[in-house]
Amino acid sequence: MRLAYSWLKKYLDLDMPAKDLAEKIERTAVEVDSVTRGDNGLKKIVIGHILSMTTHPDSDHLHICSVDVGEDQPLQIVCGAPNVAAGQKVIVALPNSRIGGNVKIKRSKMRGVESEGMICALDEIGFSKDVVPKEWADGIYVFDDDVPVGEPVYHYLGMDDPIIDLDVTPNRGDMLSILGTVHELAAIYNQHPEIKAPVVNEDPSLRANDEIHATADHQLAKTYKLRVIKGVKIAPSPAWLQITLWNAGVRPINNVVDVTNYILMKYGQPLHSFDQDKIDGDITVRLANQGEKITTLDEEERELSTEDMVIADQKQPIAIAGVMGGFNTQIDDNTKDVVLESAIFDSFHIRKTAQRHVLHSEASQRFERGINPDTVEAAVNEAANMIQQLAGGHIAQGIVTASEYHPELPTIFITAERTNHVLGTDLSLEDIKQIFDRLGFSSESVKDGLNVTIPARRWDIHIEADLFEEVARIYGYDNLPATLPTGRQTIGTLTPTQKIQRASRQILEGLGLTQAISYSLTTEAKASMFLMRDSKLTKLMSPMTQDHSTLRMNILSGLLDDVAYNHAHKVDDVALYETGRVFYKDSDDQVRPEEVEHIAGVLTGNLTDPSWNNHVSPVDFYQLKGIVDQFITNLGVNGAITYTSTDRYPEMHPGRTADIAVHGHYVGFIGQVHPKIAKQFKIKQTYAFELNMQTLIDLPKTDDQYQAISKYPSVKRDISLLVDTSVSNDQVVELMNKRGGAFLHDIQLFDVYEGKNVPNGKKSMAYSLVYVNPRETLKDEVVTAAFEKVKKHLTDELNAEIR
Amino acid sequence: MSLRDQLTEIKQKGLADIDSTTDLKKLNEIRVHLLGKKGPITAALRGIKDLPVDERPEVGSYANKIRDAITQAVADHRENLENAVLNKQLAAETIDVTLPGKPVAQGQPHVIQQIIDEFVDLFLGMGYQVLQGPEVESDKYNFEMMNLPKNHPARDMQDTFYLSSEYLMRSQTSPMQARALEKHDFSKGPLKMISPGIVYRRDTDDPTHSHQFHQVEGLVIDRHITMADLKGTLITMAQKIFGDKFDIRLRPSYFPFTEPSVEVDVTCFNCMGKGCDVCKHTGWIEVLGAGMVHPNVLEMAGVDSKVYGGFAFGVGPDRFAMLKYGVDDIRDFYLDDVRFLDQFDKRGI
Ligand SMILES: [Zn+2]
Repeated sequence: MRLAYSWLKKYLDLDMPAKDLAEKIERTAVEVDSVTRGDNGLKKIVIGHILSMTTHPDSDHLHICSVDVGEDQPLQIVCGAPNVAAGQKVIVALPNSRIGGNVKIKRSKMRGVESEGMICALDEIGFSKDVVPKEWADGIYVFDDDVPVGEPVYHYLGMDDPIIDLDVTPNRGDMLSILGTVHELAAIYNQHPEIKAPVVNEDPSLRANDEIHATADHQLAKTYKLRVIKGVKIAPSPAWLQITLWNAGVRPINNVVDVTNYILMKYGQPLHSFDQDKIDGDITVRLANQGEKITTLDEEERELSTEDMVIADQKQPIAIAGVMGGFNTQIDDNTKDVVLESAIFDSFHIRKTAQRHVLHSEASQRFERGINPDTVEAAVNEAANMIQQLAGGHIAQGIVTASEYHPELPTIFITAERTNHVLGTDLSLEDIKQIFDRLGFSSESVKDGLNVTIPARRWDIHIEADLFEEVARIYGYDNLPATLPTGRQTIGTLTPTQKIQRASRQILEGLGLTQAISYSLTTEAKASMFLMRDSKLTKLMSPMTQDHSTLRMNILSGLLDDVAYNHAHKVDDVALYETGRVFYKDSDDQVRPEEVEHIAGVLTGNLTDPSWNNHVSPVDFYQLKGIVDQFITNLGVNGAITYTSTDRYPEMHPGRTADIAVHGHYVGFIGQVHPKIAKQFKIKQTYAFELNMQTLIDLPKTDDQYQAISKYPSVKRDISLLVDTSVSNDQVVELMNKRGGAFLHDIQLFDVYEGKNVPNGKKSMAYSLVYVNPRETLKDEVVTAAFEKVKKHLTDELNAEIR
Repeated sequence: MSLRDQLTEIKQKGLADIDSTTDLKKLNEIRVHLLGKKGPITAALRGIKDLPVDERPEVGSYANKIRDAITQAVADHRENLENAVLNKQLAAETIDVTLPGKPVAQGQPHVIQQIIDEFVDLFLGMGYQVLQGPEVESDKYNFEMMNLPKNHPARDMQDTFYLSSEYLMRSQTSPMQARALEKHDFSKGPLKMISPGIVYRRDTDDPTHSHQFHQVEGLVIDRHITMADLKGTLITMAQKIFGDKFDIRLRPSYFPFTEPSVEVDVTCFNCMGKGCDVCKHTGWIEVLGAGMVHPNVLEMAGVDSKVYGGFAFGVGPDRFAMLKYGVDDIRDFYLDDVRFLDQFDKRGI
């Protein structure tokens, strides 16, 4: 809502700078988008009088004008506007002036003829094309004759009037009008503006009820009123009205339409004007019939649905109610008789229609936010009167009323005790009463409180809490004390799950992975990758793009996108993890997906930067496995972590992927991303893991347990085996553990070798076995006996050759 | 030459020999020679018995002194020689300390996570609990329980991704407030909670809009919680998270789930309140919305609004991060460019 400061001053005694006024509004009522002035940045633009005009010798459209700008000598200005003519009072940008868009105007030559400045169109000095009247759209602006030559133009175009643009919250529809804002400012500044009821100069020889009949569905239009003005003469509005409208952001059209827009701005009451001669019979407010069509004022043909409200005559819709008028009944230059409509339309229907047809107008916005039922009639009365004054004609006596609504004014009981209890203030009942007096809410003392009656213009106020807000904001939020909640104490701690989640992030970061956050909404294809269980897709009903149409069922695909983005920006080394939800559905009938917390990571390139003393090799399966292993170990999940080779993930390398289980429970997988997938994502060789974090959280945990360190020395024995390549480390270690005896404490694999000097189909594996007896020094023969036993079993059971 | 003079000569020569030695092995030889059984002191001592009895103790003690002096001189000189050797070795071992250290792998928390953790830690310290809920919510909890019945105009304000007529991607973390209000046993104490998490809006991604972003909402409900408590809590939050010099101000606003509702500005990060382009020359930047919980929200969750009341607030960590670090494109948070993420390695300390 654009408020011209001068308009407010008609009602209120205000002398502070507009900026300060805006700040006050912002601190007390609604947000202010901006405070602007049309003349901001303009320089040396004055009213000129075209004394004479000749055609340019070398051009068929340029004219050479002699322009009086109040100086000793007239200026010679070349002008190409089609509507330029001698005798006009026009906008002149003098030499060395600055016009719209920060353009400087200098003396120049146009096709060899000197031009001392420029005669300007409105949009050239900064007006939006949207508000320039049609009359001046394709040429220069011409003033009325009574303006003083040589004076700066700004005042005569309303450009020196500060405009405060309000961003009105949905509840404060009352502030979408000058009068609503005046009431608000009156409360803020404790003033008592006089708002006069309009007088209507009716012609008793004409009766509105004889002119037109109207019916309305009361559900659709609580109030529906018409006035008739006969015999008007359509013309452009006077300059003051045009200025008022363009400062409000509305394009002036003609003296009838402009009045309806002026009233809209003043009262917040949208009006519509019909050409009576174009209406066929009686008017009715109803829902559209399926397939009914209307061509609206913007000359668009629109197909209506049964949820659109229309104003219709006998034959067809003549307006989409409250949203936009019909083309076929609009006021044109030949209109004689005008039907003025002032109504309250149902906000829900208006909102849906405005959305459906993408027709958000000044009118629809107000019907959506609410209309003051007290001024429906005042608005149409003032409009009729203004039209008569500006366009002549006769106002028919009376108002045609199809429906009417006078709401019962709510009375709310409020006490000082409750107010202070909620606001934390220390106000007396008298303080509170004064605030309501300022707001213009009548109040009556009863018992220990007040009965406050809410005027119809504040339809946002229904309950006690609404009044607390009125008190708080008029009293001033700055005056509110600042305290902390007291009373019963609470202890704030993270839950065990939250502690694990936080620890999980810290562990992975300590292991070198940086936290990523990618999008949960992705494509169908990516959502279905790296599936850890069967699941149906969960799709949005109306996505913005197919890229974000489906809920992810894995985190990895988002991380691969991240890797691709980094690769595309020449970052080869990427180590990322992400924790978040994936969404599973067991069947298509299930609407709400199950949300499972996952954690996933990717590694590509080098984990640490190569440096003069850090000769890195690219990451591989085992580097990532070390990270995952450490991660799960640090989480304290009870039981052994096992890795089983798998080819069940189509997006993973079939020979370099393992399912991970902890204590026999499947928790996820690790491996190399399938080269085909890597190619599809445009990424280099990448290793990845994804784990079901929820399972890891739910699995039983081991606490740290302290065991005294053995005082007796350990004994280490190394063993080197030659085994078939098909024998896995797990098999060897399992056997060693099984047969290693009571004192076998630790097994370390320190070498694996295949190739030269090792027969085909075989590999060499070397282990250190560490023996400890916590109770006494181990005797050499005890260790040797245990070691020999392990060797024998390795030979017997795994066909190992001990080297 | 008297025995005493002999001993003096042994001492002087011995000390001179020790002093002139540059070699540890040689020094040891000298020590063995001088103090050994076949050495000159031992030999001189043997001559004591030829002295008159009354002179013996004096010369004997003199001999012992000389032995001690030589022993001490050898030890001192050995230490000198050893130090010299060590110093030489250390000099040879000198390195260029300006060469870079060996790289280690260390990941960073996401900048938005850091901000969320800061909020979480602050509010845990003030006795709040942290509650997280589903990202797919029912219309009931996301809207209706928040005093946004179907067809409420404010629903347009937050255009929502629906999965069906009933389920949607939560557009705010406030559904957790309704869930917590329903469950909470107020006889056991007040409800003080924050709910951090991802939320979704049906927006086209551009520098200032993202269809996915984060929210941290807070709620405090008890018998006597005031708007002044809200103001004090928010001031505490601003000062703990941004610094003591930061202040806040409240402006009226509108949210269906609070009444009164306020928009909260914090001192401009860029100009510290003097006014600059970032804050449109107001000195303030809008950072969060808050208010006193609407009685309808309490009643719908089965809480008696005549007895209980309190405040709620909601902040956007994405916006906080943008303001705090001057990030001008919200999409940067979701691209996971390593060069972007690794800049935030101070972990909110
Ligand atoms: Zn600033």
